[in-house]
Amino acid sequence: MARLQKMRVRKHKVVLNRSRGGDTGIFVILAIMGAIMFLPMLYTIMQSLKPLDELWYFPPKFYVINPTIKNFTDLFRLMGQSWVPFSRYIYNTVVISVGGTFGHLLIASMAAYVLAKMKFPGKEWLFQTVVLSLMFHATVGALAKFIIMSYIGMIDTMSAIIIPAWGSSLGLYLMKQFMESSVSDAVLESARIDGAKEFRTFWVIAMPMVKPAWLTLIMYSFKDLWNTGSTIYIYSEQLKTLNYAINQIVSGGITRSGAGAAATVVMMMVPILVFVISQSNIIETMGTSGMKD
Amino acid sequence: MSAKAKTPSNDVKKPVARKDMSKLAWTWKEMKNNWVAYVMLAPYYIIFLLFTIVPVLVSLALSFTRFNMLEPAQWAGIENYTRLFLADDLFITACKNTLIFAAIIGPVSYLLSFCVAWFINELGPKLRALVTLIFYAPNIGGSVYLIWKTAFSSDAYGYVNGVLLELGVIDKPVLWFGDADYIMTLCIVVALWLSLGTAFLNFIAGLQVVDRSLYEAGAVDGISNRWQELWYITLPYMKPQLLFGAVLAITGAFGFGAVVTDLCGFPSVDYAAWTIMHHLDDYGGARFEIGYASAIATILFVVMIGANGLVKKLLSKVGT
Repeated sequence: MARLQKMRVRKHKVVLNRSRGGDTGIFVILAIMGAIMFLPMLYTIMQSLKPLDELWYFPPKFYVINPTIKNFTDLFRLMGQSWVPFSRYIYNTVVISVGGTFGHLLIASMAAYVLAKMKFPGKEWLFQTVVLSLMFHATVGALAKFIIMSYIGMIDTMSAIIIPAWGSSLGLYLMKQFMESSVSDAVLESARIDGAKEFRTFWVIAMPMVKPAWLTLIMYSFKDLWNTGSTIYIYSEQLKTLNYAINQIVSGGITRSGAGAAATVVMMMVPILVFVISQSNIIETMGTSGMKD
Repeated sequence: MSAKAKTPSNDVKKPVARKDMSKLAWTWKEMKNNWVAYVMLAPYYIIFLLFTIVPVLVSLALSFTRFNMLEPAQWAGIENYTRLFLADDLFITACKNTLIFAAIIGPVSYLLSFCVAWFINELGPKLRALVTLIFYAPNIGGSVYLIWKTAFSSDAYGYVNGVLLELGVIDKPVLWFGDADYIMTLCIVVALWLSLGTAFLNFIAGLQVVDRSLYEAGAVDGISNRWQELWYITLPYMKPQLLFGAVLAITGAFGFGAVVTDLCGFPSVDYAAWTIMHHLDDYGGARFEIGYASAIATILFVVMIGANGLVKKLLSKVGT
C-alpha cells in the first residue's frame, strides 16, 4: 500500500516517484533552455529572409517584416560568378562526403566485427589504442600528419580528406560496442559450423543486424566531411569544398551578409536533415556506447 | 586448414597453452589460426595508425629537434621545452586561457548534457525527438555559430548593441568579440551553446536503456523521489555512459580553438582568447618552426590524456 501512494498516473500511465511539482519544474526549465538554444538558429533563419534595408535597420529587429527569398537567389547568382565553376565545389563536397562516409562505414564495420566477435592475440591492445585516440584532439597530430601525407604524396588531392576519414575512431568505437551487444554469438556460431568463412559471416549475418549503427556512422562521418572547410591539406582551387567557397562569398563584404545567412541556412539544413532521418537509430546505437574502466 | 582450426575465435573457454609450447610459440600459433582477423582489421588499422597514432609519435620525436620542413631536422634536446616554459610569455597566456576554457566548458557542458538528457527522458517519445533535435542542432549545423558574430557585431547594427543602445544601457557600441573584457565570457557561452553533442546523445540513450524493473524494485525498497532514483539507481547503472561522455567532454573542451579563431580573429585582441591550439597553429602553420610546434602539441597531448585519467578516477566514485 505504501508503494501505491508513491505512484501517480501520467497520461493513463502509472509512474513511480514523480511529483507533479517536479514535472512542471522540469517542463519549465526545458522550455526556457530550449528557447535559448533555438533563438540563435531562429535569428539565422530570420537574417536569411531579410531584405537589404532590414538588415541595416536601426534599431535592429529580431523578426523579419517583409520576408524575401532574394538572399537565396543572390546566393545562387553569386555562385555563378565564381572563378572555378560552382558545380565543381559541389562535386568535390559530394565526392568527399560520400566517398569518405561509405569507405569508413565499410572498413570500420569490418574491423569492429573482428574486435567484437573474434578472439585473437592483441585484440585488447588494438581496441585500447582506439579508446586512447578518443582522449585527444586530432589537432595534436595535424602537423605530423601533414608531413606524413607529403611523404606519401597525398597533399593536394581529395584523398587527403577522404582516406583519413576512413580511419575515424569514434565510428569504430560505436560500431564495436553495438555489435558486441546486438549480434548474437549463437547465430554467428551456427553460420561458422555451416562452413561460412569469417568475412561472409560478417557481411551476410552480422552487417544486416546492425543497421542502426550504420546510420550512426553515416551521420557522424557525413556531417564532419560535409562541413570540411579550408584545410592545410588542399590548396588547389579546383579541389576546394562547398563550405570553403561559400565562406569566400560571404566574406565579400557587408552587402553580402544576407546571402551569407542564406548560405549558412542551406549548409546547415543538410546534416540536420540527415540527423532527423536517422535520429531513432542513432539513439539506439548510443545505448551501447558506454565505456568500461 | 580444418573447419575446427578456423573457429576457436569464439570459444567460451579460454584456450590454455599446451605444456610443450612456449608462450611465444603459442601466441604465434593463435595468430596463424586467426589470420583472417588480421586481414579484416588491416584496412582500418593501417589508416587509423598512420593518420592518428603515428602523427602523435612523430610529433613527440620532432619536439626534440629543430626542424623547418626544408632542411633536415637537427637534434635539439629539451631546448624547445625550456624555451616554451621559460622564454615564451605568450605560451603561458595560452596555457592559462586553455585551462580556463577547459575548466569551465568541460564540466559545465558535461553537466548540461546530462541534465538536459535527464529532463528530456521524462517527455513522451514524439516530444523527446523534437526537443533532442533543438538541443543538438547547433552542434551539427556547421558554421551556424557565426550568427553570434552577427548578433554581437561591434557596430550599432549588431542586434545586441542595437537593443542596448535603444534601452539606454550603453551610449556607444561595445566591441564584444573585439574587447578583451568580454571575449572569454562570450566564447564560453558560444562553446556551451555548441557543446550538446555526442555526449548528450549518449546520455539520452543511456537513460533509455536503464532496466525499468530496477525502478520498481527501488520503489519497493523505499526510494521515494526522482533524486534518490537518480543517485541510487540511474547513475550507477549508467557508469559506462558517464565515462564515455566525460572523455568526449574533456577532448572537446581542450580542443576548443577553431571556433575562437572564427569569432575573434587570429590573433584575438590582446591575445585575450589565445589558446594552446592557437599557439600551435601559429608556430606550425605560419612560422614553420615544426620542432617547437611539436613540443606544444606534445604538451597538449599529455594534458588531455592526464585530464582524462583524472576524471576516470573521479567517476569511479559515483553512486558509492
